[in-house]
Amino acid sequence: MRDPGLRGSAFSGWVVLLFLVLPIAVVVPVSFTPERFLSLPGATWSLRHYQALLDDPSWVEALRDSLIVALGATAVAVALGTAAAVGCWRISSRLSEFIRLVMLLPIIVPAVVHALGFYRAWVGFGLIDTHAGLIAAHAMKGMPYVLITVSAALADFDQRLEMAARSLGASPARAMRSVVLPAARPGILAGSAFAFVTSWDELVVTLFITGRGVITLPRRIWDGVQDNISPTVAAVATLLIGVTLLATLLLARRRG
Amino acid sequence: MRRFYWGLVLVPLAILAVLYLYPLGTVLWLSVTEPRPGLQNFARLTESAALQRILWNTARISIITTVVALIAGYAIAYALVHMQGTRRTIMLAGLLASFWLSVLIRSFAWLTLLQSRGVINSSLMGIGVIDAPLPLVRNEFGVILGMVHYMIPYAALPIFASMASMDQRLVPAARSLGAGGWQAFRRVFLPLSLPGVLSAAVLCFIFSLGFYVTPALLGGGRVIMVAEYIAVQIQETLNWGLGTMLATTLLLSVLLLLAAVSRLVDMRTLFGAK
Repeated sequence: MRDPGLRGSAFSGWVVLLFLVLPIAVVVPVSFTPERFLSLPGATWSLRHYQALLDDPSWVEALRDSLIVALGATAVAVALGTAAAVGCWRISSRLSEFIRLVMLLPIIVPAVVHALGFYRAWVGFGLIDTHAGLIAAHAMKGMPYVLITVSAALADFDQRLEMAARSLGASPARAMRSVVLPAARPGILAGSAFAFVTSWDELVVTLFITGRGVITLPRRIWDGVQDNISPTVAAVATLLIGVTLLATLLLARRRG
Repeated sequence: MRRFYWGLVLVPLAILAVLYLYPLGTVLWLSVTEPRPGLQNFARLTESAALQRILWNTARISIITTVVALIAGYAIAYALVHMQGTRRTIMLAGLLASFWLSVLIRSFAWLTLLQSRGVINSSLMGIGVIDAPLPLVRNEFGVILGMVHYMIPYAALPIFASMASMDQRLVPAARSLGAGGWQAFRRVFLPLSLPGVLSAAVLCFIFSLGFYVTPALLGGGRVIMVAEYIAVQIQETLNWGLGTMLATTLLLSVLLLLAAVSRLVDMRTLFGAK
């Protein structure tokens, strides 16, 4: 006997899913419009806006800047976040728990608040409108995610295994490399994904601390939406939607 | 050897202190020293009707967004836990894909749909339902639509997690003891899912308070929330005193809210640290 209430709930679930997916999906046909303004294509579909994308070097440069910044920020965030997570895991005192909470601040504080702080401080440090400056800011925003995912991966890992490695003569660094880090691997991978996406999508801080020198993809899109919205932005959006979809499917498959 | 592990903690902490806590501290410091020491920046909160209107806009839009996102998130989470096989995979994949997709792209998609020459208006005018475009965007309606759309995955995922960890035999047990479908839901399932709803509510509300991109794009300068107003103070009028005061107010509101609910929800589960 199937519950009629469950059928109703499945229906409302699908309605919500359509609300989530359909508005995004509309961008795809719009990117193939032959017109110069945002519209659904009629009988003829055109690749002109994809061509425009290739012809305009600013988009390729934006892609390059985004990749540099996101990869750099991910590397820094993963190194710092993993170190902090392993240290807190092994010490696990009240003080280390408190420190872990402080390290979560960058995901609690509203973006515009720390954007002002970065702006002001980066002027002093000479980091305004530099790749290094943006990498540093994005690394701070990505680090908490790595801390969270690595802590989660280590939560079920028996500390005595690390002690056993030490009692058998391994140095702390060796025990870390051969015993702890392999156990933390799934957390490190998940954390890298979060840190990368955080930087890749970040706009608010970027708007405050970059000028003409560093223009990431989100900033290029933002500029494109501000002056006049051409379907070129829809073409970029379509490509990014494709990448996101692919990444989600790959991750889902990995997890089974 | 404890020194080794303290080293692992203290090096990242020191870097965080220089590159994050110091900049954040600067914002708090400026709010009480710019242009001169004192609380005069904060006094403006009680004096200026314009500021009060912006804060009230922010609170109202955030509350509406949170409530709508919770209802929709609850519906999709409920459907997910009662679903199996391919359908469940499709629904979960759609939810996760929209969770990962950038906020900028999503706001842009709404703009494509809603603007006066956008997809909805030109389609409706094309088939002759309306003569003039409907005002769907650059107003509170558009902002709330875009924000709800962004928040639904943030609402659905914690609710889904709490529903999935529930003992799935409890509702059938209630039914076998004679409860009707609605009664079993209201007396058994709903109360057990409330911790997840509370986490989701906190998450949605504090994220909404600081929202910048969606209100800026879909509000089109007519619906201004506090984050955008702060950005204007700094970037256009260079009014650091007012900007940092509002930023401090926003930050303190978020932290006070978290402190208030920390008695009910474990903060570490809220941000996935446990």
